[in-house]
Amino acid sequence: MKKMPTVWLWLLPVVCGLLFVALWYGVRRWSGLQSWILPTPGEIVAAAWQERARLLAAAGDTAVGALGGFLLAATLGFGTALGLGASRTLRASLWPWLLVLQMTPVIVLTPIIVLWAGPGLPGIVTITWLISFFPIVANMTQGLLSTDMNHVALFRMANASRLQELWLLRVPAAMPFYLAGLRIAATLAPIGAIFGEYMVGNSSGGTGGLGFLVYSYNTQIKIPALFATALTSCLLGFIFVAAVAWLNWAVLHKWHDSFERDDH
Amino acid sequence: MEPVAPIVKFSSLKKRYGAGPWILEDINLAVAADDFVSLIGPSGCGKSTVLKLISGLSPGTEGGLEVLGTTPKQARDRQAFIFQDATLLPWLTAQRNAELPLRLRRAAAAERAAKARAMLDLVGLAGARDYYPRQLSGGMKMRVSIARALTLSPQLLLLDEPFGALDEMTRNRLNEELLALRERSRFTALFVTHSVSEAVFLSNRVVVMAANPGREHGEVRVDFPYPRPAALRGSPEFLAKVNEVTQLLHQVEATS
Ligand SMILES: Nc1ncnc2c1ncn2[C@@H]1O[C@H](COP(=O)(O)OP(=O)(O)OP(=O)(O)O)[C@@H](O)[C@H]1O
Ligand SMILES: [Mg+2]
Repeated sequence: MKKMPTVWLWLLPVVCGLLFVALWYGVRRWSGLQSWILPTPGEIVAAAWQERARLLAAAGDTAVGALGGFLLAATLGFGTALGLGASRTLRASLWPWLLVLQMTPVIVLTPIIVLWAGPGLPGIVTITWLISFFPIVANMTQGLLSTDMNHVALFRMANASRLQELWLLRVPAAMPFYLAGLRIAATLAPIGAIFGEYMVGNSSGGTGGLGFLVYSYNTQIKIPALFATALTSCLLGFIFVAAVAWLNWAVLHKWHDSFERDDH
Repeated sequence: MEPVAPIVKFSSLKKRYGAGPWILEDINLAVAADDFVSLIGPSGCGKSTVLKLISGLSPGTEGGLEVLGTTPKQARDRQAFIFQDATLLPWLTAQRNAELPLRLRRAAAAERAAKARAMLDLVGLAGARDYYPRQLSGGMKMRVSIARALTLSPQLLLLDEPFGALDEMTRNRLNEELLALRERSRFTALFVTHSVSEAVFLSNRVVVMAANPGREHGEVRVDFPYPRPAALRGSPEFLAKVNEVTQLLHQVEATS
């Protein structure tokens, strides 16, 4: 396939976004809806500016919760997958229960988590962890089990120990899978944190994060501010995804085919 | 002259995978220290299986097999395996790939770096040490794979169609390089191939195998002295040997 010139890759989404904004103004104008039902993009930006101090502080709190849960999921997910990848027995014993955990809606578990971990940061981190753990474990385990059989034979021929086979072969070979898991988790972590805050409220003091802001703007019927909160959440999510995309690039670009350039 | 212990000695070896059909029946191949043996035969006749047995990657079912005076597994640290695809680790540079066997043996970093570097120089890759496998051509990858195998100075080198995926020019060149390396490092070689002329050029013995079940059908001795010049390929004697092997292959294909 012919590659698209880089300008277009920037220009097309921008044009698309502008059209969407125009459409938005059009709908607002011709439908006759009120500002508190459908604020215009301009009103949303104005609300965001007016509420900037609260939004920023709340976004900071949410980022802490999301990052905490994400890092917990990234490390525990890595460790769990190592265990599952190394032992058939462990895999057979734990996999069904991991699925059960994944299938249980987090919303059902939230009250229990709050009961046990408390309504503050620990609860929010736990909820975020719960939401982003499974894709990491599932991907990384898959990666550990997909090692090229010829590479395994090479290690066996060299009388490599099981530990060497794990660290020097299976783990590096699984990195693209692990990073794919992290990418999914990065989109889920801010959602998890905001959801947790929404459920928990700010009973622990502090801002309560973006989730609590949603709750309070909603009860105050500050609809443009609600949209501004959505916009802020979106930006936060984008930062998460971009950070993992960067990590992915840093780890893989030298050797992995997904970063193959046209020449070189 | 006292008899030299064979490097590889099959005695009436039979092999099947699990409860499957017999793959190899009554193999009695013996390989001596200065042999370069090529195995050639129809696809599926068990050539790769023979190499897997010798390297201890897969056990024999009946009969005996001695490698370097001991069991295949215990002889592992004195043999090296070169696979059809170069099996380089894509996340390591050529240099790091060549270092791998020494690293797995926990050799000191300085020692393994020096040895790998020397071997890469020898196969003509001094300038490509820091390249990742995807930056290397098929022939270069194979050279790294050869360098990696030779860092341990193995007594026995097993090669499973190492040049099968390469174009003829590259293949010929690597054949010559392989013989030159053997002049320096004096390893015994067991080489699986589908190319008759490659087998004749490289080896002093070409063993032709038949299929279903796999067995030794015949052997052609190739007594051209080493080192062998590239020009040998054009000589009538060479072509006569190629014909001899080809006829054995025709017999085998007619019977199976
Ligand atoms: N791990 C295995 N399990 C079961 N059967 C196997 C296994 N490996 C090989 N075989 C069977 O053993 C037979 C010989 O296989 P082998 O790979 O040794 O043949 P080969 O002579 O190397 O063939 P080719 O020239 O195509 O590489 C084949 O019929 C194959 O199906
Ligand atoms: Mg084979």
